[in-house]
Amino acid sequence: MTNVRDIFITEVALRDESHAISHQYTVEQVLNVAKALNDAGVPYIEVSHGDGLSGSSLQYGLSRTNEMELIEAAVSVANQSKIAVLLLPGIGTVKELKEAAKLGAKMARIATHVTEADVSAQHIQVAKELGMETVGFLMMSHMAPAEKLVEQAKLMESYGADTVYVVDSADALLPNDVRERIRALKQSVSINIGFHAHNNLSLAMANSLAAIEEGATRIDGSVRCLGAGAGNTQTEVLVAVLERMGIKTGIDLYKMMDLAEEIVASILQTPQEITRDSLVLGYAGVYSSFALHAKRAAAKFGIDSRDILVELGKRKVVGGQEDMIVDVAAEIARAKA
Amino acid sequence: MSKVKVAILGSGNIGTDLMMKLERSETLELTAVIGIDPESDGLRRARELGYLAIDTGLQGFLEHHADKADIVFDATSAKAHIRHAKMLKEAGIKAIDMTPAARGPFVVPSVNMGANIEADNINLITCGGQATIPMVHAVNRVSPVEYAEIVATISSRSAGPGTRANIDEFTETTSLGIVEVGGAKKGKAIIILNPAEPPILMRDTVYCLVEEGAMNEAKILASIREMEKNVQSYVPGYRLRTEPIFDGNKVTIFLEVEGAGDYLPTYSGNLDIMTAAGVKVAEEFAKNQLAKQLV
Repeated sequence: MTNVRDIFITEVALRDESHAISHQYTVEQVLNVAKALNDAGVPYIEVSHGDGLSGSSLQYGLSRTNEMELIEAAVSVANQSKIAVLLLPGIGTVKELKEAAKLGAKMARIATHVTEADVSAQHIQVAKELGMETVGFLMMSHMAPAEKLVEQAKLMESYGADTVYVVDSADALLPNDVRERIRALKQSVSINIGFHAHNNLSLAMANSLAAIEEGATRIDGSVRCLGAGAGNTQTEVLVAVLERMGIKTGIDLYKMMDLAEEIVASILQTPQEITRDSLVLGYAGVYSSFALHAKRAAAKFGIDSRDILVELGKRKVVGGQEDMIVDVAAEIARAKA
Repeated sequence: MSKVKVAILGSGNIGTDLMMKLERSETLELTAVIGIDPESDGLRRARELGYLAIDTGLQGFLEHHADKADIVFDATSAKAHIRHAKMLKEAGIKAIDMTPAARGPFVVPSVNMGANIEADNINLITCGGQATIPMVHAVNRVSPVEYAEIVATISSRSAGPGTRANIDEFTETTSLGIVEVGGAKKGKAIIILNPAEPPILMRDTVYCLVEEGAMNEAKILASIREMEKNVQSYVPGYRLRTEPIFDGNKVTIFLEVEGAGDYLPTYSGNLDIMTAAGVKVAEEFAKNQLAKQLV
């Protein structure tokens, strides 16, 4: 199936979703989901630990299955979709990137905090040399003004990124904030612009549409909303909405709905919804993967997880600082004692 | 008391901070600062303080002033150190390597100084390694550590261009140090840059999984406290942030490093712990040398 696509969707359920199920994917699950996504015509499927290559750790959660086995499994059933991997410099290294490329991953998404793009130079360059399509992924985009975002995106462009993403890791951006950022990028970079949403404030769809209207052509989605926090823009819904708008994604809507219902739904113990914890993530501007960790810490210290998340937001904690959750929880418990 | 002569190679943040610490040393005499940019802040300060300021690199120094150093601190880059290590060895000068080049043995002063005092090239691993490996060792000397993982969070402002361009070196070298010096069977390191203003102090979290059935909470806690004091003897701003957490066979230790504020402000604990460790290693070596001369 060759497609004309106006918008290229990357399915992140096999990566970001792993936060929702604590990185517990099995090879069989990945085979089933990746094959169905491939058959539905999804152009890119991301597979990695939720915190990117080499993210399996006590800090973020140990993977049940080695991510390289999962990548290999996804590649084996994807004859039209490209398999993408995420890498956060400081967590993963070029070594894992090379291993993933060797297994057949075709896209490297290199993620940094929105103000720290210069740590990605090495990884973007190596991915390029490996013949991979490259994406610069600016996380927690709400924590910097548009001018700063543009400056950092330009750095990624100069390192060889084919695409740069505005990543709303907390769902703290409102539609107008998204417009402002995408518009500023559109005026300043000549590479593709992408947008990655979360749904903690129920804004994933609205923000994705705002991004598309301003010129973003790469959008992330997660089937059944299966991503960190309340998940991302729900892929099958996004496909339907874009089809109604006359925007081509090249994805078969019915197949997408079917795989959501018949394959992905059963992977989750409970359906994704906007719980009070995920709502607080967006409200306080905190990295979406913190939700489960905060819940555990709150139970351990007998406090309200919302207090932990709001305090983390105040301290301007960035993505990856999961160790701060227990630290702050201990502090709050001490202050209450 | 006579002193051992030292020179600093590299006039960036680390080199300049070292210069300020060496001014206070009772066993080390700083003679020269070697750089390649005559306009750099480090060389300008060196000239102002009356040190020999060389702007033609290590080659220039060795050609005319090789007798002015028994020890050279290399605060350039891993890539440059590979070349420097060879040149210094040929000149018979001891190298204290502040880069992640890892040519010589890894040293953490509070853990394995004695065993490496005679090595002609000593590597100081990374800032995260200097902060966390003492704690891995403190746990491991009580209960064997199967797996240790560390997370170092530093303020964006204190991560220089060298660290940023080659952040993989940090994770790889630190992981190796956790095993080789800390004693863990397996090691993993993560580094996070946080741009918050005002800048945050360097903070490190150490997770250790000890051998099944080997957990001894009271003894581990005492060992951690003793190690905290030991490191504080050369890095005064090193401390536990909160009580360690014990959970099954897992120990989690929360650390914070406040810098001495010599060159960069106190939030740069990562810089301070490296330069303080470098000076400590050189001083131990110098004491050893001076003692030999007395015999």
